[in-house]
Amino acid sequence: MGITRRKFLGWMGAAIGATTISGQKTQAATTKQFEGHPGSGGVLHDITRCIGCRKCEEACNKVNQLPAPEKPFDDLTMLDNVRRTDDKTYTVVNRFPNDSGTSPVYVKKQCNHCLEPACASACFVKALKKHKTGAVVYDASLCVGCRYCMVACPFNIPAYEYNSAFSPRIMKCTMCQPRLEKGLLPGCVESCPKEALTFGTRKQLLKIAKQRIQKYPKRYIDHVYGEYEMGGTGWLYLTGTSFAQIGMREDLGNISAPQLTAGPLSDVPIVVGLWPVLLTGIYAISRRKEKIAKEEQNEAVAATLSAANEEMEKKLAELKDKMEQQKEAAINLEIKKALKEAADQAKEDDGNAPADGPKEEK
Amino acid sequence: MSEETTLTDKKIFTPFNIICGIIIVVGLILTILRFTKGLGAVTNLDHNNPWGIWIGFDLLCGVALAAGGFVTSAACYIFGLKRFHSAVRPAILTAFLGYAMVVLALNYDVGRPWRLPYPIFYSQGTTSLLFEVGLCVFLYISVLFVEYSPAALEWLGFKKIRNLIVRMTLVLTIFGVILSTLHQSSLGALFMIAPSKLHPLWYSEYLPIYFFISSIFAGLSMVIFEGSLAHRFLHHKMDETHLAESTGVALGFAKAASFLMMGYAGIKLIGIAIDNHWHYLATSWGQWYLLEIIGFVMLPAYLYALAAREKNLILARWASVVAVLGIVLNRLNISVIAFNWNLPSAQRYFPSWMEIATSIFIITIGVVAYRFIATYMPILYKHPDYQEHQ
Repeated sequence: MGITRRKFLGWMGAAIGATTISGQKTQAATTKQFEGHPGSGGVLHDITRCIGCRKCEEACNKVNQLPAPEKPFDDLTMLDNVRRTDDKTYTVVNRFPNDSGTSPVYVKKQCNHCLEPACASACFVKALKKHKTGAVVYDASLCVGCRYCMVACPFNIPAYEYNSAFSPRIMKCTMCQPRLEKGLLPGCVESCPKEALTFGTRKQLLKIAKQRIQKYPKRYIDHVYGEYEMGGTGWLYLTGTSFAQIGMREDLGNISAPQLTAGPLSDVPIVVGLWPVLLTGIYAISRRKEKIAKEEQNEAVAATLSAANEEMEKKLAELKDKMEQQKEAAINLEIKKALKEAADQAKEDDGNAPADGPKEEK
Repeated sequence: MSEETTLTDKKIFTPFNIICGIIIVVGLILTILRFTKGLGAVTNLDHNNPWGIWIGFDLLCGVALAAGGFVTSAACYIFGLKRFHSAVRPAILTAFLGYAMVVLALNYDVGRPWRLPYPIFYSQGTTSLLFEVGLCVFLYISVLFVEYSPAALEWLGFKKIRNLIVRMTLVLTIFGVILSTLHQSSLGALFMIAPSKLHPLWYSEYLPIYFFISSIFAGLSMVIFEGSLAHRFLHHKMDETHLAESTGVALGFAKAASFLMMGYAGIKLIGIAIDNHWHYLATSWGQWYLLEIIGFVMLPAYLYALAAREKNLILARWASVVAVLGIVLNRLNISVIAFNWNLPSAQRYFPSWMEIATSIFIITIGVVAYRFIATYMPILYKHPDYQEHQ
C-alpha cells in the first residue's frame, strides 16, 4: 500500500504543478467588470437611418471574397423573409413592420463583437479571440469544428460550412479586421449611403449615441442596445421601435458569457484538491471499520472461549468437590462401619466375658 | 468452457448476427457519406441547431450511462462494499466501451476529427468547459483502459503486468472518481453559457450538480439493466460467485438508486424554487418537465424502493429500464428538445434517419465488442489462475 500512496501523491503533485506552472488563468472567466480593451473599436448602428438598400451586404460580400449570392444584392424581395447570417453571408439586413404601422424598419445583423465574447470563452482551442482592435477574430487553422461557439453565441451569429468534408470553417463577421489593420473602415460602414453605420472607438460611439438620444428624444428609445447586453458589445444600436419588435432580444441580461461559466470552472481545482482527501478518508474509514470488526470478532471469540473454559473449570471444580465429598462420605462410612464393627466385636467380647465387669469398675 | 462456446458459436447466421450485419453495412455506407460529403449530407443540423443527437444522445447519454464504471468500482474499492466485487469488471468494461463509443461518435460529429488532440496538446482553451470535458474524458478513458486491462492480460497470460496493475486498483479508482465528477458535471455546465437558448425549467445554475448526481443513478441503473441482459444472453459465462452475488448487486444498487433519485427530484425542485420558475409548470413545457421528473425519476425511484423492500429482482430490472429512459429523456431535453425552445417550429431541429442510423450503428459496434470480450475474457467469471480476491 505504501508504494501506491506515494505514487499517488506524486501524481497529484505533478498534476497540481503542471496546472500552476502552465500559468493559464481561469480568471479570464471570472467576475470582474471588463470595459473593453482601451481604444477598441466598434460600430454604432442607427436603425432609424437605415433604408434597407443592402449596399452593406454587397460590400461585405465583396471585401470578404464570399461566394456570389443566388439573387443580386439590389433584389429587395430578399427582405420579405427574416434572414440570419450563414456560411456565405456575414451580414444581413432584415425588414420589420413599424410599431405605428407607418414605414417599415430595417435592421442590420452581424457579429456584435462582444467585449467578453461567449464564442471565444467557449472555444476549447482558442480559435476565436478578442482582438485589441475590438474585433472577434477566428483562426481556422486551430478549429476542430465542435460548434460549441454556435451553441454559446446569444445572438445566433456564427455559421458553419456543413457541406465541406475536409476543411469546414466557422463563418462570421470579422469587423473587417484585415482592413482595420490597414487603416481602412469596415466594408459595410464605408458603403452605407445614409450614415446609418458609424465606426469609432466604443467610448466615442456611446457618447454620440447618448447625444443623439438627448437631442431627439422623440426619435429614439432611451436605450443604447449593446452598452450592457451580455456584458457589453462592440456594436451598438439606436432605435425608435421597440427592440422586441425588430428581433433583438431584451432578455439576455447584463452578465457576460464567461461569468456564466466561471462558477463551474473554478470548482474544478477544488474537486481535484478535495476529492482525494475525501475518498482516501472514506477508504480509510471503511478499512478501519473492517479492522475493528475483525478485532471485535477475535475478541468475541476469545471471550467466548475463555468463558467456556471458566465454566468448564468451575464444573470440574464442582465435580471434584462432589467427588471429594463422596469420597469423604465413603471414608466416613467406612470408618463408621469399622467403628461399628469394632464396637460389635467389643460387644461380642463382652458377651463372652462377665457382663457386669466394667460396671463394677465404674 | 471456451470449447463449449466455440461449438455453440459455429452457427454464423443467427438472428443476432444478421441484424448486426445489416446495421453495420448501413453504418459503413453512412460513414463513407459523412467523411466524403460533410455533415450537411447526413445530418439535419443547421446554423441555429449546431448540436443534434450525436451530441445529445451519443455523447451526453453515452457518458452518463457509462458512469456505472466509477460508481461500481468506488462502491467496491473505496466504500468497501466487497459483495459488489463481481459487478466491477462488467461495469468497467461497459464504461470503457461506452467512452470508446462516445469518442467514436465525436469523430463523426466534429468537423475535423483529426484535430481532436488539439485542445489537449496544441492549443488549450482553458476558459472553455468543453476543454475541461475533453481533458477529463481523455484522461478517464485512459484510466478505464488500464482498469479494464487486467481482464485482457489474464486472457493473454501476462501475469506480471496484470499483477502490477491490480496493485494500483485503489489509485485508479480514486482517479476515476475525480475525473468522473469533473466531466460528468461539466457536461451539464456546458449549457450554462446559453441561458437565452435553454428553457428556464431546465436551465439552472445547478446544472453541473444535476448532471453529476443523475450520472450516479444512471450508472447504477445501467449496471442493473446490463446485468439483466447479460443473464439472458451470457448466463453460461458466469461463475458461481457472480451468480451468487448478482441478485444482491441488483437489489443493493436499486436501493441506492432509489435514495439518489428521490434526492435528485428534491434538488430539481429546489432549483425551480430558487429561480422562482413555478409558473412555467403550468405551461405545456411544464407538463413535459413534470413528465420527466414524475414519470422518469420519481416513478422508477418508487419502483426501485419497492423492489428493494420486496427483494423483487424482476421489478428492479423494469425500474432500471424506466430510469435509463429517464436519463436519455433528460439529456435530450437539455441538448435538443428544450434547447432553442423559443425558435419558431420551422427552425427547430429533428434528426435525419441517417443520424439515427449512425447512432444505432455505433451502439451496435459497442454491443458486439462487449459480447466478444465477455465471451473470451474473464469478465463475468474469475480466471482460474487468479482466484484470490481482487
